[in-house]
Amino acid sequence: MADLHFAPADFSGTDLACRRGGRIVFASLSFRLRSGEALVLRGPNGSGKTTLLRLMAGLARPLSGRLCWNGAAVADDLPAHGARLGFAGHLDAVKPALSVRENLAFWARLRGAGEAAVVRALAAFGLAHLAEVPGRVLSAGQRHRVALARVALSEAALWLLDEPANTLDEAALGALKAALAAQLGRGGMIVMASHGESLLPNAATLDLRSAAPAREAA
Amino acid sequence: MSGFALILRRELTLAVRSHGDVMTVIAFFAIAASLFAFGVGPDLNIQARISSGVVWATALLAALLSLERLFALDYEDGTLDQLFLSGIEPAAMVLAKVVAHWLTTGVALLVAAPAVALGLQLPAQAYSALIAALALGTPTLSLLGAVGAALTLGARRGGVLLSLLVLPLYVPVLIFGAAAVEGAVLGIATTSPYAVLGGLLVLSLTLCPWAAAAALRHALE
Repeated sequence: MADLHFAPADFSGTDLACRRGGRIVFASLSFRLRSGEALVLRGPNGSGKTTLLRLMAGLARPLSGRLCWNGAAVADDLPAHGARLGFAGHLDAVKPALSVRENLAFWARLRGAGEAAVVRALAAFGLAHLAEVPGRVLSAGQRHRVALARVALSEAALWLLDEPANTLDEAALGALKAALAAQLGRGGMIVMASHGESLLPNAATLDLRSAAPAREAA
Repeated sequence: MSGFALILRRELTLAVRSHGDVMTVIAFFAIAASLFAFGVGPDLNIQARISSGVVWATALLAALLSLERLFALDYEDGTLDQLFLSGIEPAAMVLAKVVAHWLTTGVALLVAAPAVALGLQLPAQAYSALIAALALGTPTLSLLGAVGAALTLGARRGGVLLSLLVLPLYVPVLIFGAAAVEGAVLGIATTSPYAVLGGLLVLSLTLCPWAAAAALRHALE
């Protein structure tokens, strides 16, 4: 993992607009991210941070505008785009019937990462002593750590994190900061929705209020 | 190991660890079929006459019972998001889940069918036909059901909607499945019902994974 370094890449969105439930959430939103850069999404509840992250992941489709990776439209090859990103949303995707190790090992194999990557991710997020514990007995914070460990072991060039600091304790927060720094250090990219103090003090900020549609006169 | 095999193995592991789901399907199959036996009464000739249709119709309802959960759990806990982002072709992912569904539900129905048919006085010469027709027909039930399960994902009262959507699509399988067994009962067995069941299977195998994958992508938006 230490010798892993991502090829220079360029992830951009131009003039993005998104509609949810018949309402325009944001419009004319643009961003650009290069290798080793991070972007923090800010804005009040309902301003579209989660929607934008799902849009960047290719899980949602924009109403207009385009997303490009190295100049090629993301929508043209969604499986390839999915394979180069790690996504941690509000849902942790931890199966109650599988142990922590089994949960992570499945995703590691699916992405071609080895058993060693699972061991490293377990250790990095303080999950080593929980490895054989079934998912059903984990607390919300522990489940969230498993979700973050899945992103870390994916060896993906782009991380999309939705409020990753939520439910984390001090130690896990430290682990997250270290993982974020390592990701940027090897030329990866991070987009993160965040409310509280920034985990990435030097990152660019995108305030979604600036992309909110003009309020129509009632 | 390919993504298809990985997902299939994981689905089977999950099914084994929550084996109650499979037992529910078998119990439903046996109880629903016995309702017909009780309702028709002790006339063994009538029971024998209707048994092929009853076994098929109740097997169909039992298969439907477990379909609601095919994607619902993965949808609710975020696994479906991750599967769509794992780089595997969504139709292959759907097919892996359908194969797992058939290996747990369809095979369980195959195993339970002779016992259920015995309770309904199915004539002895028709058992091999029953097994062959179910083996050929139940994969189609899983495939068609996957499309229905994907389309009703996230809908309120999705289970009822799923039945309304999928049961009419099951009618051809029911007709030709029961016809195959009926032919064996009457001693006029031909291969034509099996040919139609095989055709339905090939057709649904080529269309359903893609249709279900498209419906799932829509549900995630």
